[in-house]
Amino acid sequence: MSRAVRIKDHWREQRLFSTRTLIAIIVAAFLTSMVMGRLFYLQVIKHRYYSELSQGNRVRLEPMPPDRGLIYDRTGAVLAENTPAYELELTPEQVPDIPDTLQRLSALGLIETDQIPSLARVIRASRKFSPVPLRLSLSETDIATFSVRQYEFPGVEIRTRLARWYPFGESAAHALGYVGIISEDDLKHIDRDEYGGSALIGKSGLESAYEKELHGAAGQQQVVVNAQGRHVDSVGGVAVPLENKPPRGGNDLILGIDMRIQHIAESALSGRRGAVVALDPNNGNIVALVSTPTFDPNKFTRGISTKDYVALRDDIDKPLFDRALRGTYPPGSTIKPFMGLAGLEYGAIEPSTARNCHGGFALPGSSHVYRDWKKEGHGTVDMRRAIATSCDVYFYGLAEALGIDHIHTAMSELGFGNLTGIDISGERPGLVPSPAWKQQAYKQTWYPGETVIVGIGQGYLLTTPLQLAHATGIIATHGKNFRPRLVTAVRDAVTRQVNALPPLEDRAVTLKDPSHWNVILEGMEKVMEPGGTGAASARGAPYRMAGKSGTAQVFNIGQNQKYDAGRVSERLRDHALFIVFAPAESPKLVVAVLVENGGHGGSAAAPIARRVLDAYLLGKYDVAGPAPIETAADPQER
Amino acid sequence: MMLSGMHANSTTRRTLSASAQLLRRFHLDGMLLGLLGTVILFGLFVLYSAAGENVGQWINQLERLLLAMASLFLLAQIPPPWLRRISPVLYGVGVLLLLLVALHGTVGKGAQRWLDLHLFRFQPSEIMKLAVPMMCAWYVHERPLPPSLRDVLIMLLIIAVPAVLIAKQPDLGTALLVASAGILVVFLAGLSAIVITAGAIITAAAVPIAWHFMHDYQRNRVLTFLDPSQDPLGAGYHSIQSQIALGSGGLFGKGWTHGSQAQLEFLPERSTDFIFAVIGEELGLVIQLGLLLLYLAIVARALYLSVSAQNTYARLVCGSFALTFFVYVFVNTGMVSGILPVVGVPLPLISYGGTAMVTLLASFGILMSLHRHRQLVGA
Repeated sequence: MSRAVRIKDHWREQRLFSTRTLIAIIVAAFLTSMVMGRLFYLQVIKHRYYSELSQGNRVRLEPMPPDRGLIYDRTGAVLAENTPAYELELTPEQVPDIPDTLQRLSALGLIETDQIPSLARVIRASRKFSPVPLRLSLSETDIATFSVRQYEFPGVEIRTRLARWYPFGESAAHALGYVGIISEDDLKHIDRDEYGGSALIGKSGLESAYEKELHGAAGQQQVVVNAQGRHVDSVGGVAVPLENKPPRGGNDLILGIDMRIQHIAESALSGRRGAVVALDPNNGNIVALVSTPTFDPNKFTRGISTKDYVALRDDIDKPLFDRALRGTYPPGSTIKPFMGLAGLEYGAIEPSTARNCHGGFALPGSSHVYRDWKKEGHGTVDMRRAIATSCDVYFYGLAEALGIDHIHTAMSELGFGNLTGIDISGERPGLVPSPAWKQQAYKQTWYPGETVIVGIGQGYLLTTPLQLAHATGIIATHGKNFRPRLVTAVRDAVTRQVNALPPLEDRAVTLKDPSHWNVILEGMEKVMEPGGTGAASARGAPYRMAGKSGTAQVFNIGQNQKYDAGRVSERLRDHALFIVFAPAESPKLVVAVLVENGGHGGSAAAPIARRVLDAYLLGKYDVAGPAPIETAADPQER
Repeated sequence: MMLSGMHANSTTRRTLSASAQLLRRFHLDGMLLGLLGTVILFGLFVLYSAAGENVGQWINQLERLLLAMASLFLLAQIPPPWLRRISPVLYGVGVLLLLLVALHGTVGKGAQRWLDLHLFRFQPSEIMKLAVPMMCAWYVHERPLPPSLRDVLIMLLIIAVPAVLIAKQPDLGTALLVASAGILVVFLAGLSAIVITAGAIITAAAVPIAWHFMHDYQRNRVLTFLDPSQDPLGAGYHSIQSQIALGSGGLFGKGWTHGSQAQLEFLPERSTDFIFAVIGEELGLVIQLGLLLLYLAIVARALYLSVSAQNTYARLVCGSFALTFFVYVFVNTGMVSGILPVVGVPLPLISYGGTAMVTLLASFGILMSLHRHRQLVGA
């Protein structure tokens, strides 16, 4: 049909329109029934499924973190407690762009730039809905900085949390250890259900060793949340019944440590590098465990800055290093009572056998002379006198007579070369050498001369201050062998009952002739009497002491240490050591003291031991006791 | 008009009560008004809950409703020839305003849709919902039907210009509604089945091209429509949450104001585009089906009125408005129930806000005018 003949035909158009309308209605009805069918499918057929989804949408299980157990000393002073702190937290599922958020937080100075990778790793390893702490303690300035920009950081919040606080600060820091943010590594080892909502975990010392006791278990709380994860009280004005499972708090630890004595020992070391171990030989309870210099564990619990951490780590004095447990030193002359005991036990010598000391000792067929510390010699000495005067020549001969195998057996029996089994980790075993060991370590045979110097606690022999205290306890108790321990009792979080932990007694050391104990004991008593090497420190003591001094040669400066002209000469000086127990007739306390590069044991280390004994036995806390820092008011400045 | 006498007896069938007389006097269709009123009242009831019992929002909506009702009433008074004559003017001004928006519009919710007229902000694309079908009908009404291919192409151009401008803003939902309003005119005008088939094929071929020009968020919507679980917290969130809301509502719902999905804000856009999900969650399937039937009744009544309209222009405009209303309903409920991708189309007469409500009731005003004036003209 050409255009020219096409005219409007209203009838036809009307009919055409009606047809089209009819088609449209049919299509509309069809489409509507599609929607209706879909609604029927969703609301009737899949109703149960979606009901559950919607329930899960609004009721969420939120973990309730438990309160960490407290740590007390033997007098009831609180050594570790929980105080509120403002924490910056990130909930992964609520954050659109985690790397960007971290970047922007660091631009605001709220987190450190070099922490971003490790934080990102922890966030990745964490559950999507549980908040990850970014920083444990915010200063008021930080809070203000963040608060005005909070809207830029969805999923990042400031929360008040209980943070760990060590009121005594640096005191006993190595024993207590510290807690820190749960790391990616920690996450692999813990039960995540128990740690729901927990930000902190023990990282070292007691905090780490007793993590299971201290932490407790998280509870769970059903909360109604809206889509943003915000808590709401009710749905459309109707409260929803919720179930709660309260958390089980951590148990409290009660230590054998007496903070007054701890503090006396720390102040007696006064700025020198060293260690003091004081323990009760009748049960192994540690009364003081000192390693100086020390550090402030509060810095760690509040999120130590990388700068501070590096400073601590690289400090030439190694404040983080626990010298009492991990420092291995040649015991020097403090080994002599033990060496004497071995000589008597193996019949290498009799108590009354007299030897002549004229200042030197040579092995048969050798021209090398091993010198006594006293050039002119000690004259004729027996066992007791050899201990009292610390005669080297006597013990050179004794060692040679014993032989390295017997020495190895006897020293091992007394706990040297082995872990004492103290209830915190990190302890080092030290070293009791043997030909087999040397063969393995150096591929060399054992030389007789090496046996000789082991007799005076030099050479390969290495012990920790803790081992010395422990072994001294064995002599003090005539062979009783209690495992050293810090925790003496645990208070149950639920029942609040204090459960004393029975002392752990290891296999006692027995002698063929028990009277030999007294020979050694008498020798050690003579050390403290006029003419003995420790006499000066025993002057005026109303109780009898039995001790032994030691002066250990330092061979070389440790590697990786910076050269510091002012310090090198000091660091080449001998280590001063002293072991002692008192009262001699019924020992109550053993003290082992080490002063690095302190010089002579009798003069540098013994006075420290005396002050500890005076405090413990006489209650002379003449140094003002350590004042706990009252609050955590001022979080560390950045 | 020459054909008016054909329907003269339809009015005498009715007994003229006082109210019917009043309605007639103001050129209003009682049945359609009743149906619309029912949906509107129901919408207010639902909105109170969906808005989180926010009375302020509810009152805002009430004010807009009054404005919308007023525009319906006023437009119903305008004689049809006037409407026809102003069609090209309206269209021209609309396109001009769209261009203005493209150049100077203010940005709201990430899209440039508003023209700030200082007194109030104004969305020119809303005009086009009315102007495009009116323009198409104006163009075609003097020409013989079914339209020639040339006429069809011209009408498609009339549709395409504003539709593209609106889609560019970007407002896919409105562009879709505007385009469909125009295309419905073409369809009702008698577009041949061959052309429809060809159009369908061309459309299918155009999909990849359209894909190329889409904004990322529009592509995301399409992708997540195909698989919402791909991105449950991102683009698929709307779809998943609204299906959870519907499904958990069941036959009779959780009770008014008791929908946890809606009240706890899991459901996004709960008082606007996704209000249908709130209805499903709180009031249940039965009420929803009832509402859908009510909508169909409105469409049916409006189509009935258009069939009985007296000239081509009136028929096409009325039919287009009626079916556009259905497009609203279908796209929105289809989107909420997950059979269509998420596009910003409100549930007509119920969703909160916007000029959409005014435009909708205005279209019904025009529809009533075109229908009801014929007796006067014919008399």
